[in-house]
Amino acid sequence: MTEREERRFAEVPRESIKLMAESSGVELSEEVAALLAEDVCYRLREATQNSSQFMRHAKRRKLSVEDLNRALRWSNTETICGYGAQDALPFRPLKEGELFFVEDREINLVELALATNIPKGCAETMVRVHVSYLDGKGNLEPQGTVPTAVQSLSEDLLKYYQQITRAILGEDPHLMKVALLDLQSNSKIAALLPYFVYVISGVKSVSHDLDQLNRLLHMVKSLVQNPYLYLGSYVRSLVSSVMYCILEPLAASINPLNDHWTLRDYAALLLSHIFWTHGDLVSGLYHQILLSLQKVLSDPVRPLCSHYGAVVGLHALGWKAVERVLYPHLPAYWANLQAVLDDYSVSNAQVKADGHKVYGAILVAVERLLKMKALSLTLAAEGSGAGLPAGCPWEEWTPVSLPAMYCELYSFFGDSLAVRFSTGLPLGGQNSVHIMMITFCCFVLRAFLTGGLFLSRVCRSLARSSSSSVSRSRSSSSRPGRSTSQSRDIFPKARFPLPQAGPPAFSFIIGGRQMGRRCQGRRFQTSFSPTPPLTTHPPRAYAHKLPVIGRVSKPVRRWTCSHYSLHLPL
Amino acid sequence: MCLWCRIRQKIPKKKKTYYAAHVMTPLLSAPGKKMAAVQDAPMELDAEKETKPEILSDGTSNLSGNTASGTLSSPPLTAGGAPKQEDQQTLIAVLQFLRRNKLTESVEILRREACLEDQEDSQTLDGSGGGKGDGDGGDANSLLSRVSIASAAAPQSTLTPIPVKNDQPDVSVVLSAYSQQGDPSLYQVYYSSLKNFIESVLDCHRAELSQLFYPLFVHMYLELVYNNHENKAKAFFEKFSGDQECYYQDDLRILCGLTKKEHLKGNEALLDFRTSRFVLRISRDSYQLLKRHLQERHNNQIWNIIQEHLYIDIFDGMPRSKSQIDSMSGSFAGETRREVNKAKVFYGLLKEPEIEVPLDDEDDEAENEEGKPKKKKTKKDSMGSKSKKQDPNAPQQNRIPLPELKDSDKLDKIMYMKESTKRIRLGPENLPSICFYSFLNAYQGLTAVDFTDDSSLLAGGFADSTVRVWSATPKKLRKVKSAAELNLIDKESDDVLERIMDEKTASESKNLYGHSGPVYGVSFSPDRNYLLSSSEDGTVRLWSLQTFTCLVGYKGHNYPVWDTHFSPFGYYFVSGGHDRVARLWATDHYQPLRIFAGHLADVTCTRFHPNSNYVVTGSTDRTIRLWDVLNGNCVRFFTGHKGPIHSLAFSPNGKFLASGSTDGRVLLWDIGHGLMIGELKGHTDTIYALKFSRDGEILASGSMDNTVRLWDSMKAFDDMETDDFTAATGHIHLPDNSQELLLGMYHSKSTPVTHLHFTRRNLLLAAGAYNSQ
Repeated sequence: MTEREERRFAEVPRESIKLMAESSGVELSEEVAALLAEDVCYRLREATQNSSQFMRHAKRRKLSVEDLNRALRWSNTETICGYGAQDALPFRPLKEGELFFVEDREINLVELALATNIPKGCAETMVRVHVSYLDGKGNLEPQGTVPTAVQSLSEDLLKYYQQITRAILGEDPHLMKVALLDLQSNSKIAALLPYFVYVISGVKSVSHDLDQLNRLLHMVKSLVQNPYLYLGSYVRSLVSSVMYCILEPLAASINPLNDHWTLRDYAALLLSHIFWTHGDLVSGLYHQILLSLQKVLSDPVRPLCSHYGAVVGLHALGWKAVERVLYPHLPAYWANLQAVLDDYSVSNAQVKADGHKVYGAILVAVERLLKMKALSLTLAAEGSGAGLPAGCPWEEWTPVSLPAMYCELYSFFGDSLAVRFSTGLPLGGQNSVHIMMITFCCFVLRAFLTGGLFLSRVCRSLARSSSSSVSRSRSSSSRPGRSTSQSRDIFPKARFPLPQAGPPAFSFIIGGRQMGRRCQGRRFQTSFSPTPPLTTHPPRAYAHKLPVIGRVSKPVRRWTCSHYSLHLPL
Repeated sequence: MCLWCRIRQKIPKKKKTYYAAHVMTPLLSAPGKKMAAVQDAPMELDAEKETKPEILSDGTSNLSGNTASGTLSSPPLTAGGAPKQEDQQTLIAVLQFLRRNKLTESVEILRREACLEDQEDSQTLDGSGGGKGDGDGGDANSLLSRVSIASAAAPQSTLTPIPVKNDQPDVSVVLSAYSQQGDPSLYQVYYSSLKNFIESVLDCHRAELSQLFYPLFVHMYLELVYNNHENKAKAFFEKFSGDQECYYQDDLRILCGLTKKEHLKGNEALLDFRTSRFVLRISRDSYQLLKRHLQERHNNQIWNIIQEHLYIDIFDGMPRSKSQIDSMSGSFAGETRREVNKAKVFYGLLKEPEIEVPLDDEDDEAENEEGKPKKKKTKKDSMGSKSKKQDPNAPQQNRIPLPELKDSDKLDKIMYMKESTKRIRLGPENLPSICFYSFLNAYQGLTAVDFTDDSSLLAGGFADSTVRVWSATPKKLRKVKSAAELNLIDKESDDVLERIMDEKTASESKNLYGHSGPVYGVSFSPDRNYLLSSSEDGTVRLWSLQTFTCLVGYKGHNYPVWDTHFSPFGYYFVSGGHDRVARLWATDHYQPLRIFAGHLADVTCTRFHPNSNYVVTGSTDRTIRLWDVLNGNCVRFFTGHKGPIHSLAFSPNGKFLASGSTDGRVLLWDIGHGLMIGELKGHTDTIYALKFSRDGEILASGSMDNTVRLWDSMKAFDDMETDDFTAATGHIHLPDNSQELLLGMYHSKSTPVTHLHFTRRNLLLAAGAYNSQ
């Protein structure tokens, strides 16, 4: 009978009894041992049953050693000392021989006595009183759905809150739309704002569910768009929820079939929306956002989807953000991305696809950067040096001239940039720059086609043709150390060996690039920066050279000031 | 039977309660006196036995001493007053036994008590115990035979030159009835033939007759074990244990482990089962059916057991349904005999003393006069209280002597009345607010909590033997100054009560040290001057809340005292413990005034009736008993719980009782009619706290499952049709309406609810220790 089996008690085998007897020097016959074993079992059960009474009266669920000792004492049996600890005693099995024993470590009393960290006494027992339920209200809902403080809301608001959250997080898309629309326009929900924010902050718990994340983001959007709501400091909380969707390696993105990219795009748009409409509510918000985006971007441990998020985030925040954060980071980041993209192994396919996503995002971002920068320059020129737009003080941050930027970006993206750029460029009064760029590009391109060595020569010639000298020695001196520190470990390393390029070639590229920037820069620098940037330029370093078509070089630039610049108050 | 068994079993107890008989008398007048004497005679025997160490090992087991009276539960004299001859016989046997053991003093006392008894025998007061149920003809005979067996056994043992073990004859007597049974191999046949018969009868009878299974099973199993048929017993158990009702699982678990005759000796629970008669309630038709069957089949084995160990309470009328039976069964000793609950209970409230409540504009005056309210009050008392109508169900005002109201009590009553005018009227629409008193850092293990009636003080009993008192108001706790300092005080000053307090000692809480075991029960006196605590160390202690010192340690239980409770009028208190008795004490007596014996297992909780004339006790034997303080009789006996009872609460009007147990159910009882009137299901763990709101509309229950639930007690009481009470059968059919009655369920974070209290304005206070795990 199974029931009977269940009721079976643990039994002390007669072998144990014999062993115990032997250890105390008594020989027991088989018969006596069997009888004793049975009796011991019975007594044990009896003691356990009696001890449960002490447990019940102490209003506990766990039987303690003390309970058993009390039961023993009241049945005039000696109590067992040494096991009265409050914590559960670790009971360990020994694999060989099915032996179980209580772990009993030796304690070094000298050490204990001379220990300098005197344990703190336990806190005093106290009684604290709080009103748990007013008029017996609240808590009728299952726990967890409503933050407890909702009890203080009026009945109607509470109902509204429940309906709305249910509709938005529920299954019916139509209902959701209605709820979101109402959330957008309802003028009486100010009191509920904290609770909605609280709900939205639940993104972290649904990171596996794209649908729910989307719904929550829509909720954010509705709240942000509601003209009657003053978000105040809740902006910060909303932003952090949105940032979570942008940056975090969501559980949903494990499955490549999930389109988390769109979610990130949407979140990024939402972020910019919040920033542009409510950014003034929290001081330093822009700065904080940039900082966290930069942190993600510069963190090689993060997966590519996070980097993607950072890029689209920066993109959404405007070209200035791209210029300030993405652009300086690009060289460093490029190396890693390149390594991913160049790995054609099957196992890397997924990562590579992600890499292309990031690549595309960067491309879009820098393209816009170039466009907007060019536009702003023209405007600045026309406005006779109006400087930078307000709200973005760039002190101590040295801007890079447009052509230099272009050159550098071209070096990464090659023609893909140029094509998109030229087709999209709507400018008229920018010809000289453009022509210069085109020519430079052609040079580079040609150089590229003819091979690496030739490139340097071309560059050299280009450099010579320009009328400036370069501080080569300074740049090259700082190179080797940087290159090592820049190497990333999270990205799969490029499997092809580094081309044997001599230091002169390297330094030469520097010269060429530097020169290119300088020679064209002079013309622009006068327009918005009184001090020549060269003096404040940080040393640069190069890590790799690169062999693949489409990307000319793979220098790793170190922008030492980039962190520093972000610490500025905006 | 009763007296004999009582005495026999009492013998090995190790407690010293020598003076019990002498202190019993002072409180009450004649009827109580006689009873006291009888009850305490055995106690003295015990006292003498204390010196023998071997007894101790079996001490616990034989605590069943009081249980022999069993379901009959009324004290021996009132119950078995008729068979005088047998009493004589047994007394002689006892005297012989004592003489053999050279307990001359006890012999003397017993003789004296016996004579006393003989003299007073004529004036038997209570006839309730006399009437036996119809169809119970065999009862008297079997009783006779048992007594003769017993008395035969005793002289035998006197002849044995060396008593093997002191408790040996005792147990063998108790178990002797098992020795003469038939062929063990046929037990399974007997049982299964009965089983087949019961399963084949008409549905209406089957449920009733199925009640027989459990007691028969246990008795047959025990017989097998007693007669050393270990393997047969095991086989029997395996075959039939699965048929038993699920609420007997706990008992079966104990039974299962018991396979040797030696084990029986030490097992108190089974001795109880053996000595008490399991009560079944069966309709006449069903009983006839059973009887005919057994006689046709000559199934004497089972018939003997039914005759000897079961008490079948036969009623005329429709057989009961399964659910009706289930709602009442589950206790250790079967159901209640109908006649037990027939005694009249004065459940009405005592008349409130007439105290003129000062009008509101006098408020200030009253407060100013706090120090000297004498003039006013005495005047009012002299006015008497004839104007108010007496509740017909209330006991006589002086049925038991109650302490006179002190001036401070009167002031308190005034405060109470004032507060109650501001009381919130609760109802299903208007639920109380709940304040939770969380005990933090209670590493010591909170085991008991109590609030004063005015909710100003809070006491906690802890497993580390301490009692802590907190002030629940901003007013700090202060001690009275020392005697030397008190001498310096100007006694004539108006604020003398303030002056005697030592400001230096003011603190939010005070610790009371004195117990040497976990404190399982605490109770404030109604005047807030005293605190009682009961502990595992076997004592109840009385603490002064003026000096925060221990005043008295009441020793008597000698085993863990699980609960204690002050009378609503102060002075008296009741305690119950592991020794299976509840004791009534007065604060100024160091010995108990009454011993309420009858429970078959530990008394786990005790409560005073609001009119102080009755005491209710709940026990591990899954029964509830209501005792009359005046004469010590058990006047109500409630069965129906399926687990040990851990909480009890009277409704404020004294008419109803609520009880909660480990099975997570709350049962509601009508005291006047002695019937179960409601079952509240919902809790998932032991219910440790029950409390009615001040007007009785709401019942709050608190449990280990970290919830407080509120129940519509008004509806539960009203739903009960009055017809049900008048029906002679006394059977009730409970509607399953727990969900309708549940008004609210309130979770605490991680705090089991240990205590509940309604303030005078009906705010619900809950208390428990926060459990971080």
